[in-house]
Amino acid sequence: MTVIEVLSGVLLAAGGFFVVTGAVGLVRFPDFYTRIHAVGVTDSAGAGLILLGLLLRTTEWEVGLRLLIIMLFMVITSPTAAHTLAQAARRDGVPVWRAGDARR
Amino acid sequence: MIGSHYVYWLTFALMMIGLYVVISHGNLIKKLIGLSLFQVAVFLFYISLGKVDGGTAPIITEGTQTYSHPLPHVLILTAIVVGVATLAVGLALVVRLFESYGSLEEDEILQRDISDRDTTDRDGVAS
Amino acid sequence: MTAFVLVNISLFAILGATALAITRMRALYEATMLTALFSLVTGSLFVLLDAVDVAFTEAAVGVGISTVLLLGVLSLTRSREAVTPRRRRLPAALVVLFTGGTLGYAAQDLPPFGSATTPVRDHPVTETYLYQSQQDMGIPNTVTSVLASYRGLDTLGELVVVFTAGVTVLLLLGPLTRRNRPVKRDLVLADYRVLRVVSGVLMPFILLFALYVLFHGDYGAGGGFQAGVIFASGFVLYGLVFGLDRVQQVLPQRVLWVLIPLGLLLFMGLGVATVLLGGSFLDYDTLRPDDPAAGQRLGILLVETAIGLTVATVMTSVFFSFTGRGASR
Repeated sequence: MTVIEVLSGVLLAAGGFFVVTGAVGLVRFPDFYTRIHAVGVTDSAGAGLILLGLLLRTTEWEVGLRLLIIMLFMVITSPTAAHTLAQAARRDGVPVWRAGDARR
Repeated sequence: MIGSHYVYWLTFALMMIGLYVVISHGNLIKKLIGLSLFQVAVFLFYISLGKVDGGTAPIITEGTQTYSHPLPHVLILTAIVVGVATLAVGLALVVRLFESYGSLEEDEILQRDISDRDTTDRDGVAS
Repeated sequence: MTAFVLVNISLFAILGATALAITRMRALYEATMLTALFSLVTGSLFVLLDAVDVAFTEAAVGVGISTVLLLGVLSLTRSREAVTPRRRRLPAALVVLFTGGTLGYAAQDLPPFGSATTPVRDHPVTETYLYQSQQDMGIPNTVTSVLASYRGLDTLGELVVVFTAGVTVLLLLGPLTRRNRPVKRDLVLADYRVLRVVSGVLMPFILLFALYVLFHGDYGAGGGFQAGVIFASGFVLYGLVFGLDRVQQVLPQRVLWVLIPLGLLLFMGLGVATVLLGGSFLDYDTLRPDDPAAGQRLGILLVETAIGLTVATVMTSVFFSFTGRGASR
């Protein structure tokens, strides 16, 4: 058990934790915009940390390069998807939840 | 017994959910969705037959001895693409049906067919 | 109870829950999105069952193309399902119970899951596919060598089905004649600036990735079918964001009509060429008599390119047909 392995294990566990919190948020949050935020956490923090953890475990540079490329595309695409969803909801007139409102 | 066959039974359960949608629902798009559920379950069944315990993907590398069987993979890989092509044909038919009947419900379409036939019979005019 | 079994069962549980949710849902847009989720989870299961090529295809087809097609049809028709009457439910349930029971009973005769001594495993052809292929053509990915060479005729048949399906959709939905009037744009996705910029930036990378998948299919997961679908999804993304007109400036319908049969003709022509060179149909050894393995590799590359060409163009033109239908009404 080297330091790298421990570090990668911690990163993977943290990533898994963020994925779970994202899922919980998707169920528990009160409105569309906050739910997008929860999903965003799954994508960026969860997947990002898992990819970092995997990166520490690779022995071949080709695999590492592929993981880096995947990370780059996740960084580009997932905020775009979240942003476009939120903007589309805004245009459609989906109301924003305020403290005290009912869940929808 | 249960421990060694559970995957087959789970795929059959998924297959039956798909089949239920195809038979019971009247909406044509929903029927196609059910058909693709059924199809995916069949794919899973095939692939599970090719799996070997302790095997890896059938890409030959040094130091690996056990591989899962590649033949089901080949069959299913092509079947997936053929599946989406046939789904496209089904959907095209659905669009044409909707354009001429104004409905996607099987019952309503049949109803209109029957009432059309009745009117032509009564008038004695072929449509 | 190993971790493998546990992961397997939990993925199946997610699949079952998704499938049940799809049956209960009357809003078809939501059902379509859940179908995409179903495909994605199936893809994970395929990886678990060692079928990486299949997982790749399922992810690209199930999440990309078929979702877009379903959504396109929903926008052309009605997205709300009528309530399923009770009289339809009972017979369906009976049929399903009977069929499922029969299948479950028959499954007892199947070899245990993961067994290494099934009839398929013990057949001499397994030896050929897995080990003889290394001398015959030297391609590590046996799925590719079986697909394009050992069972090349089978794949040709599948490609003919894809071609026929594409032609059928064109015949059903047009456009067989080019309409010259301006097409009304109700899709305003290009107004979303971030989406527009990002998809413009991503487009070349998607096409590059498709080429990588096509030419890397000998060594890892990938091949003509996956590459074709990814290629098509690149154009589908462009068409969704910028509208049908813009994407047809890049890839006119006329070009597609030439390219769709071209892939199939390339595949068949290769078969005829091998016959003329003195071998049997699709026997690539004859392409390079001095070095049969190199001939095999050349043949497989050509066949994969042909598959990719036809699949990509069929999928793209099917998408054009559906969106064009919406714009012309």
